[in-house]
This record gives sequence, structure tokens and C-alpha cells, in this order.
Amino acid sequence: MEFPKDVRYTKEHEWVRVEGNVATVGVTDYAQDSLGDVVYLELPGDGAAVTKDETFGVVESVKAVSDLYSPISGAVIEINDALVDSPEVINDDPYGDAWMLKVEMSAPAELKELLTADEYKKYVEEEK
Amino acid sequence: MKPQNPQLDEPLIFKKSSKMRNGISILKSDVGDVIPGNTIPKELLREDIKDFPEVSEIDVVRHFTRLSQWNFGVDTGFYPLGSCTMKYNPKINEDIARLAGFSKVHPYQSDELNQGALQLMCELEEFLCEISGMDAATLQPAAGAHGELCGMLMIAKYFKEKDKPRKKVIIPDTAHGTNPASSNLAGFTVVSVKEENVGVITPEAVASVMDEDTAALMLTNPNTIGLFEKHIKEIAEIVHKKGGFIYCDGANLNAIMGIAKLGDMGVDVIQFNLHKTFSTPHGGGGPGSGPVGVKKLLEPYLPKPRIIKKGKRFSLDYNRPKSIGRLKAFYGNFAIMARAYSYIRAMGHDGLKKASEMAVLNANYIREKLKGHYYLPYNQTCMHESVFSDKFQSEKDVHTIDIAKRLMDYGFHPPTIYFPLIVSGAIMIEPTETETKETLDSFINAMISIAQGTKDNPDIVKNAPHTTQIGRLDETRAARNPILRWKG
Amino acid sequence: MSYIPHTEKDIQEMLNAVGAASIEELFKAIPNNLRLKKPLNLPAPLVEQELINELTSLSKKNATVEEYISFLGAGAYHHYIPSVVNHLISRSEFYTAYTPYQPEISQGTLQAIFEYQTLICQLTGMEVANASMYDGASATAEAVLMAQRINSRTKVILSSGLHPEYREVVKTYLSKNDNNVKEVLYCTETGRTLAGAVEKSIDNDTSCVVVQHPNFFGSLEDIKAISDVVHKNKTIFIVAITEPISLGLLKPPGEFGADIVVGEGQSFGNSLNFGGPYLGFFATLEKYLRQMPGRLVGETVDKNGKRGFVLTMATREQHIRREKATSNICTNEGLCALAAAIYLTAIGKNGLMEMARLNLSKSEYLKNSLANIKGIKTAFTAPTFNEFVIELEKEPDAVVKAILKKGIIAGLPLKRFYSELSRHILICATEMNTKKDIDNLIEELSRT
Repeated sequence: MEFPKDVRYTKEHEWVRVEGNVATVGVTDYAQDSLGDVVYLELPGDGAAVTKDETFGVVESVKAVSDLYSPISGAVIEINDALVDSPEVINDDPYGDAWMLKVEMSAPAELKELLTADEYKKYVEEEK
Repeated sequence: MKPQNPQLDEPLIFKKSSKMRNGISILKSDVGDVIPGNTIPKELLREDIKDFPEVSEIDVVRHFTRLSQWNFGVDTGFYPLGSCTMKYNPKINEDIARLAGFSKVHPYQSDELNQGALQLMCELEEFLCEISGMDAATLQPAAGAHGELCGMLMIAKYFKEKDKPRKKVIIPDTAHGTNPASSNLAGFTVVSVKEENVGVITPEAVASVMDEDTAALMLTNPNTIGLFEKHIKEIAEIVHKKGGFIYCDGANLNAIMGIAKLGDMGVDVIQFNLHKTFSTPHGGGGPGSGPVGVKKLLEPYLPKPRIIKKGKRFSLDYNRPKSIGRLKAFYGNFAIMARAYSYIRAMGHDGLKKASEMAVLNANYIREKLKGHYYLPYNQTCMHESVFSDKFQSEKDVHTIDIAKRLMDYGFHPPTIYFPLIVSGAIMIEPTETETKETLDSFINAMISIAQGTKDNPDIVKNAPHTTQIGRLDETRAARNPILRWKG
Repeated sequence: MSYIPHTEKDIQEMLNAVGAASIEELFKAIPNNLRLKKPLNLPAPLVEQELINELTSLSKKNATVEEYISFLGAGAYHHYIPSVVNHLISRSEFYTAYTPYQPEISQGTLQAIFEYQTLICQLTGMEVANASMYDGASATAEAVLMAQRINSRTKVILSSGLHPEYREVVKTYLSKNDNNVKEVLYCTETGRTLAGAVEKSIDNDTSCVVVQHPNFFGSLEDIKAISDVVHKNKTIFIVAITEPISLGLLKPPGEFGADIVVGEGQSFGNSLNFGGPYLGFFATLEKYLRQMPGRLVGETVDKNGKRGFVLTMATREQHIRREKATSNICTNEGLCALAAAIYLTAIGKNGLMEMARLNLSKSEYLKNSLANIKGIKTAFTAPTFNEFVIELEKEPDAVVKAILKKGIIAGLPLKRFYSELSRHILICATEMNTKKDIDNLIEELSRT
């Protein structure tokens, strides 16, 4: 199970990678592993607003559904269309090609509330 | 020519088509032939039904006979599908449902032409009320979930009529998925309550969430762990004190017929699953029938029409101003009611009580014999079903799904798996009362043998089934690229 | 008690095995004050021979469409059921199975449903169909709920030519948001829904429009005109069909731009059964797939690459999505769908088209003959399929009652559903009504 250090995590198993004021969002290795083979992904449209801790989409495997919760607030500036067409990439490369949204953050201070890799790893181990 | 066993392969019926081949011949008209274009505008008419089957009668018979051979039913073998009560479906009930006086009756014939059907329905309502301790019933809902919707709509309407609509329904986390789905459809928000490690809900847990915006507590008794909700009366008092109702999902009624009445426990509404408790066949997914019983207070809200009896005459009453309305056209799944009625008449009090007793005995026998071999999260006497898990087998990377598939190689239908959700890797076994001790013993031996196989040769279990017409299917592929019809 | 196999010896051995002294002990979790103290008040048990005698005599208190000559339709149709249908659905591997959750031992049910889904698509001109709903009425209600999910609008417009009981069911299903259902009146001259009236009642919050075709009066709707009006506003167009034999003749709603086609499949090989079980069919477009209610069977392969079928897209359903599911439906009408698949396969393409034409011929013969009788007129001018409405000078209930004495069920007086149609009767003729039957009815009606 991978817990890269260059991203921050939520307890709902999303990750966020920050470059300037833009945050890239995806789901964690642990999330894809618990879901199993992902078959479907639903994301908001370009320009949609996302709010921290509120749902922005849905990811589904054959027998499970999981809401996606935004780690930060802001405006969606890009969505990963390729991922919507091939959601199985979430299983193969959760922290890379399986990024879901790029968000222009409206409240970057929210980042401080997210977990570090070590904190998230500990949280996941307890949840098991 | 390469030999190919036709028993293992049957093309889609569309592939057997041959242009202008006919199955059933159609009667020639004795009133002259109307050319459709003469009475109906051409733009409304079709010229063809593209790719529709054109096969002979024997093609049809062989095709569906072959398909039937790939199915497993109660008549094929033991079907311990937890929560589904797959008991024997008496053959005589099939004959009864097909009597011309039941099957060839139009629902809009006037009441005096339907006295037999109305009498049967009226008496079935009375039987169900007697069995459950309710005051009135409707037979209209077509299935269990339809009955749940009916019950929850009645509760919603009750509060609306009082001008005090309530928003919430409390549902334990062990509930069937239909419970929250039906509540939502009736306009309620679901508040989940956890069972507290003892397998039943506690009065404290209910008291902590019950308030005057909560319309009802929806529970299943016995619950989906197979345990009797022994605090039910106290829980009902808590809910009633705040003006709420107790809805009981009657899916598990097979455990307590003639032993206790849900109406005596404070239950206000219950739905019956005639296709579980009352022996009507499941039909490969339906039709079922989901009558609803209620206490007096809710009677005015029952769907319409209701059957009323005056002297010896039965009639349909549509004048029900407080009724929630209709849930389906006509009066319900009558042919299923006829089967259930005939089952109750065959059993009587003694028979129904004995059915529950033997269902519980069978479940406990299996529980006792398997408990060393499979993890039993709630180790106590159960009602009509018991829930194990794959905890021991998981150490060898063998999971519930593998155990289920391996059972097929022994000639058994698997139990219900991965439900209830609160037991990880759940294996829910409901033998029902119609199975012999010998059948149970051979099932137990199969389960033990699989547990042993998990230790000796886990790969055989993980790759099961090995003896079925088809191997384990790729469900991911089906969901990723849905092919939901033949396209030629 | 022949359904319970336990001998006293079995019971004793099993009790010993579980370590219980008595059966009573197994129920100790039920508090004593909740236990029944007296037996259930039910009739004494019957053995099989008594049972069949008793139930047969009860069944004889009902009049059947075999003893009477019946011209009743109105959502439940008397059609011939080929012998193969009952023989094949009586294979107990089919009817004693549960929902096909374990595909390796349920390929029979699964492949048959896949074929059924295909047949419904072919007939309706739609892209996907589900494995069945409870009946035509509940399928219509589910279609309305689906439309609301698709466009997040709230208002619903029903044609008053939609079966009155279907309209009631839609309102019951939608009761959590009151007053969102509006009805558009039918045209009193043609007996069909006016596209102009539909257009006027639509606004930006109109989620869907439901039209029945042929409608409750038997009238064929101007489906194209209505479809155009509905789509102008991006409203969902739902077509309901209560008499699907008509699809052997009529252009499928899919070709007129219907978004959802639902209906009652009873006519396809299912008995009248005093109103149920029947079969709700449900078809739509692929783009709405994830909003569909009900089960779906899909094609896939097994681990060796062999073609097989599974239940799929289950994340829409209640057992996974719980309160967020697209519907609460679980048990459906699987065996009725199987009967429909067998019926449609046995009758085949040409058979269904011929059957539809035969129904039209019977009905036209009756309609034209009645139009010549003094005191009777055809109520509406729109073309019809196998049902139509007549208007009498006399009180219809009395007429129907008088004719009943001659062994004829003349049709359905419409007063109970439409107060303004107090002199009207809905009459249906199918292949089951011989020329002699029809002539009898004509004679009796002209006499009364």
C-alpha cells in the first residue's frame, strides 16, 4: 500500500497535491484497494464549485459505491475526461494518471486540516 | 465434425431464426380482414419488427427446456438462502392457482361475478391478521418492498393529516436495503442506529435518537442476524411515547408463526412476504406478494379499494377518503394470494407453528454443527437462520465468495453472502423447515469439507465452481462495458 | 403437515445435537409475556384432497371469461395463451429458483431475461429494457420518478387518456411532493390528447409528460406531434402502453422520440388472474441507463472466455445504494417476464403482426356494426386498435346488467372513472371473440 509524501489526505480517502494555488485531487491507493475493480466514475463539469467535505462525484466498483468528498473548496478548472472513459486506471495508478480534478482553491488555509502521509497511514491501519 | 455437447451451450433464440418460419399459428379472421392502412394513418404503422424471432414450436420448447436445465431451484436441491425462506413450494398450490375460476377472471367484472376471489382475499386478510396480531390488512402490494413503501406512505399520511408531518425514520444498520430505499421513496430521511455488539438493538440506542420529528422505527424481527429483538416491547414504548410508529419488516416471520404475534409486541405495521413465509414460489425473481397489516389507528390509510363483507356478500369499497391511494392497478397479485391461502388452509394452526419450530430447529442444528469450522460472530441460540463469516478461511485467502462457489460443486445452492453488511464476509444460512435431517447433514458435511479443503488445497476452493455449466463470471467486464441486449 | 419431514426421532437427535432439552428451549429469547397462550384461530388443516375440493368450489363462485362472452379490456386483456407457455414456465427449475444472484447456477433465468430485454427493446424501439417491474401502473410511476432524477425538475403532466388507475398510482408514488401532478384533458371529439393542450401546460419546471398509446379509450394518439412539443422544452417524454399486442401493428414509440416506454405485458402469455400477477415492462435510452430502476442482465464471459450472463449495474439498486437507490424494487415479476419471452418467441415476428391485425379486424367489425345501431354512437373519432368507446342513449349500468343475463359481459361503463362519460362504455374485442360472440353482443345491444 502506497502513501506518497508529496500529497495530503482526507479521512474519506481522497488525496490532494498542491502546485501554486491549484490543487489536484484523486483517491488513495487504500480507497481503490477497498473498492476493488472500479467500473464507473462520475465527476462534476468544468467550472463547477466544490466545497470542502462535500461530495463532488461518485466512484463505483461492481458491488460498491463510494461518494467522493472534496478535500478543499474552490472552482474546478479541469477534469480528467480520460479517467471518466477508463476508470480502471484508478486501480492501476491512483496517485498519477488517476487524478480527477484540478481545483483553483478559494481557501488554501483548509489544507492545514488535511492529514500528512504518516497520519493517514496510521488512520488507515486503525480503520482496518 | 467436432463433438459438442448441446447441454453445455445454447445460442440466443435470435440466432435460431429463419425468415418466415412460424411457431404458433394464428387464427384466421372470421369477420373479414381489415387492412391497417385503411383505418390507421400510415405514419403510425410499423412495417417490420426488426430481428424479432422466427422459430418453430419445437425450437421454442427445446430452447427454454435447455435453459431451465441450467437453473437451480428448490426442486433441484437444498437452497439455504438466508433471508429468503426458500421452503418447498407445494405442487397442489400451482394447480389451484391455475383453476379457471381463479386464472380466467377479469379484474373489472362486477363484484357479483367475483365472489369466490373476493372471499378468498377477505379470508386471507383475516388469516394474516390473526397470525400477526394486526387489526386490518391490504393485499395490494406486489412484493415485500412494495409493502414497505405502502406502510411508510401510510405513516407519512397519518402525520400529514394531523398537520404535523415528521421527517425521520430510524433504521438499524442490519436492515435489508429495501428498508432505507422504501423510506426514502415515502419522503423520509433515514437515521441509522447500530446494534450494540450483542446482535440486537437496545432501548438506550433507540432512546438516544428517537424524537418528535421521527415518524417510525423500522425493524426486522427476528432480525437479519437471526436473533429475536428481545427488547422490542420496551423499544416500542419509547417510540410510541414520542408519537412514532413501529414498522416491522415481516421477511423473517417464518420463525415465529403460532409462537408469538408481532402485534402483541407493539408493532403497528408489518408487511408479509407471501413468497417467503407462505410457500409461494419465487419464480426466478418474482412475482411475489407483499400484503400489509396494520393496527386500528392506521386502517383508514390503507390503499384502496378495500374488500368489505356484508352478510355473505363481498364487495370492493373505493370510498376511502383517507387512503394513501393505489400502489398498483387492480387488487394485487391474486394468483400468488391463492397459493398462500391454500398453504395456510393446508397447515392450520398446528402446521404453521410446527413450521416455525422446525425452521428454528434446523437452523440451530446447522449452527451447532458448523460453529467450530466457521466463525460465528454471535454465538447463541438463533431463530430461523444463523450468520457465519469467512474469518477463519480468510487466513488462507479463501473468502466467502469462494466458499459459496465451492458449495455448487457439492450440489447445493450457496447461502446468502455478504449480508448483513455489519458482518464482514457474512454467510447467512436459512435452511427452512421443509428440509430433512439427512439433507442438512450432507450440507454440513460439504461445508466442513470445504473448510478442510481451504487448509489442504485452497486453490480448488478459490477457483470453484468446477462442475457447473459455466465457470466464474467476469462481473467487472459486464459492468464496465454493459451489453444489455442482443444487437445482431 | 406433509410439507414438514421431521420424524420424532429426527427431532430428538437434533435437539440432542444442539444441547436443548425441548423445542420450547430454542425460543427462550422470546420473553414469556410475548408468547402466545392460545392457538391461532385458523381453520383446521386440510389434506390435499380436501384442499383441492374446497378451493375448486370456491373458484366456481367466480365467473370466468370462458363461461361468459367478455368484451372487457381496460388494461387487462383476454388473449389466447399458447400451450407451450404454461408448459415451459412450469419447469420447476424456473419457477422454484430465486433471483439469479449466483450466475453459475442461474444461466437459464439470466439468458431468458437477456432475451426478454432484447424483445422489449425490439418491440418498443428503445435501447435498453430492464428485467421487469410489478405492473404497467407501477412501471409508469417509476418512469416518472426516473424523469425527475434525470432533469431535476418537479412537475409531472399526465394525459387524462392515461389509465385512471395508472394516474392514481403515479400520484401515490409522488405523494411526498404534493400538487406536482397535473392532468391535461383529452379532446372530447377525437378522444385523444391534444398536442396544443400539452404545450400550454408545460413550463420550465416540467419534468415529464406521460401519454398512453393506444390510450385508455382505445384511441391512437398523435404521438409525433406530442413528442415534438414535449422535446421543445427538454421535457422527458414517457409513453405508456397497456395493450402491447398493438406493437405488432404500431410504429414503436422509440421512433417518435420517446425517452421512456413503459407498459403492461400481461397480454404476452399471462392469464387475467383477477388482476395479477402481471408484468411491468420498462425501456429507455442508453444515456439514461444509470438512472433506471430495476434489475438488468448483461452479457459477459466466464474465466475460460465462454459467454454467459450476470446481473449487472447493481450499484443503482437498493441492496447496494440503500436510501440513494434508483428504486426500492427487489422482487420483480420474473416468471411473468419469462412467460412473455416464451409467448413472443413462440408467436414470432409474423405471428405477432398477424395477431395485432386480427385484433384490429375484430374490433373494427364490432365498432362499425354498432355505429349502425340506433341509440348507439361511437364516442370518439380517432382511429383505434382493439378497444373503443360507445355512447348509449340509455343508462349503461342497466344495459350492461341486462346483457349480463344473456351470458355477455358487454364492457366497462366509464362513469366510475370519468363523471362526464356517464353514458359511455369501453368495449374491447380480441381474437378470443368469435364472429358469433360479436354478433350476439350487437344483437343484445340493439335490443336493449
